[in-house]
Amino acid sequence: MVSGKRIYSDFKVFSRGYLRNKFGLFFGLVFPVILILIFGAIFSGGSTGKVNVYAQNQDTGPFATPQMNIASKFLSALNESGTITVITVQTSENFSQYLADHSSSDGIVIPENFSTNYLASHQVNITVYGNPTSSTSGIVIGTVNGYANYFNLQRFNGTIVIGLNSATVNTQQTKYIDFLIPGLIGFSILTSPMFSLVNISSEYKKTKLFKQLSLTPLTKMEWLASKVIWYIVLTIAGFLLMVGVGIFAFGAHVAITPWLIPFLVLGPMLFAALGMLVGTVTKNPETAGVIGNIVTFPMMFLAGTFFPISSMPQYLQTFAHVLPLFYVTEGLNNAMVYGNVNGTIIDISVLGIITVVIFVLAVKLFKWRED
Amino acid sequence: MLPIEVSSLKKNYGDLKAVDGISFTVKEGEVFGLLGPNGAGKTTTIEIMEGLRERDGGDVKVLGFDPWKNGYELHKKIGVIPQEFTFFEKTTPREAIIYYADLFNIKVNPDEILKEVLLEESANVNFDSLSGGQKQKTGLALSLVNSPELLFLDEPTTGLDPNARRAIWEVIRGLKAKGKTIILTTHYLDEAQQLSDRVAIMDHGHIVAMGTTEEIIQQHGSGERLEIHGSEKLAEYIKANTELQVDYDKIKGEVTIPLKKKIDSLAALAAAEQSGLDWGDIQTRQDSLDDVFVKLVNEPVGEQGEVASEEKISKKRRR
Repeated sequence: MVSGKRIYSDFKVFSRGYLRNKFGLFFGLVFPVILILIFGAIFSGGSTGKVNVYAQNQDTGPFATPQMNIASKFLSALNESGTITVITVQTSENFSQYLADHSSSDGIVIPENFSTNYLASHQVNITVYGNPTSSTSGIVIGTVNGYANYFNLQRFNGTIVIGLNSATVNTQQTKYIDFLIPGLIGFSILTSPMFSLVNISSEYKKTKLFKQLSLTPLTKMEWLASKVIWYIVLTIAGFLLMVGVGIFAFGAHVAITPWLIPFLVLGPMLFAALGMLVGTVTKNPETAGVIGNIVTFPMMFLAGTFFPISSMPQYLQTFAHVLPLFYVTEGLNNAMVYGNVNGTIIDISVLGIITVVIFVLAVKLFKWRED
Repeated sequence: MLPIEVSSLKKNYGDLKAVDGISFTVKEGEVFGLLGPNGAGKTTTIEIMEGLRERDGGDVKVLGFDPWKNGYELHKKIGVIPQEFTFFEKTTPREAIIYYADLFNIKVNPDEILKEVLLEESANVNFDSLSGGQKQKTGLALSLVNSPELLFLDEPTTGLDPNARRAIWEVIRGLKAKGKTIILTTHYLDEAQQLSDRVAIMDHGHIVAMGTTEEIIQQHGSGERLEIHGSEKLAEYIKANTELQVDYDKIKGEVTIPLKKKIDSLAALAAAEQSGLDWGDIQTRQDSLDDVFVKLVNEPVGEQGEVASEEKISKKRRR
């Protein structure tokens, strides 16, 4: 017979002990927030500022009317794009040397007679300097390409057929923080209960604390239940903290819906049980720690916590599907970022099945006493 | 019904016979000491009685229950302090008592229990900051929460300093005075002698001696003897002029005369005086429990070959 009163008294003692242990509290609540702050700062910095581009305009005319100075118009248009800032370089300078002297890899050179050729519909090429390994180069090439198309279309039809909207350019960039929040919530759902239960269940076995508890009316099911409840509480607290930091510090756009609840409940339940399973089937705390890491680390990095699954090679994407955490992070992304209810329901179902299997297995194999 | 009835109890770990057919009973209100070297089978025996281990053979009844099959019921009625007792690091003795009381669904006054185990001063200190003796006292306190009539104390003072040991002894004496039945394992002879009404000496899974310490000394010790410091000639003279058995220890330079009756010592001394030889210190001596213990556990027990080394036993047990 499961007794709620006994679960409550065990919960009280365990949670009090947890809160008195600064180390556990740090890893449970503070660490995930620090991760959000660090990763958020690293990846959101580049997306807000404009890219500086050095431009040398070799098309110096002469022009019959100012309207015919297409080169200047083109540079002004780029400067107003919102993504790049044009810095003019004198024609007397050696351009590539100038870029090197200014430690920059992004530049544009407009050739002589650019305007004349354009008006005569003769092909003319703009040279764009860039560094393939730098993220800013992509922005520069994209922007220049977009404006070149715009000018081409304007020339051939005389009217603007397709406008380039600078707003479109901004939203095309993946908001990393939106992806990061569900990922890191998944990370903390995995790590806190998992590491803690691996450690507790192997240590308690070694120090015979389980035997000691088996001499009281507390059952192993009640003992595990109180741990699971504590980690659900901790997960929800961590969830609120991380979402709060994401929204207020980085302007993340994540939805808070009731669909998140199953993940915040099943997740800690699954990983607490998995941690206990590892602690139960291993002989001593040292082995338990090693096996625990072997189980945990692939999930930490390959289940869509820090990087989107789609950015990984196909075989790793396939592998990710056997990692239980994958269904937590994918489900959280579906619910919080994409609003994909059907996908969320599938993830909840898969997660529910895995949780039940692991939980039953852990309770079955876990022994209070020896035979 | 006796609180504990054990007959032909057996427990093997693989090929190793950790407990090999032991039998004993414990009466109500008795303190029963299981004494033996490390690896003798004490903890296995006590854990089988507590329902923490399954036996391989024999019968065990504790308060009328089969401890393995009816462990859950039995545990409500017994108190246990396991070897090297540990508890949740960040929990105080007072909180631990309240926790246990909640689990047993009973009301207790924590202060009363803390006072009983002499732990009032450290009532609110986290377990990981307690001294070894205070930790053991916490264990004792917890074993008392459900007011058990039967207590199992598995090496309650191992690793403690002499003062802390004496403090624990005081608590155990207090419990005994209250009429509790106590099973105590120890590898300290003085502890067994100080606390137990009866002792069973275990070695290699067997009970090699059982009874009060006096009975054990009488049965297995050499009895009272007179020792006279003197020469071999003196020994020969006494032997020739009395009807006593006389031995001589050349190394110690001591004449030893086993005493069947106390009056025999008078005859021996009279002969020594008559001899005109020099003789020095005289004393009468009897084997102590220490002497008997060393004698018993050093002798091969049972059939040679079926007993494993202590090292092997403790290694197996650590699993």
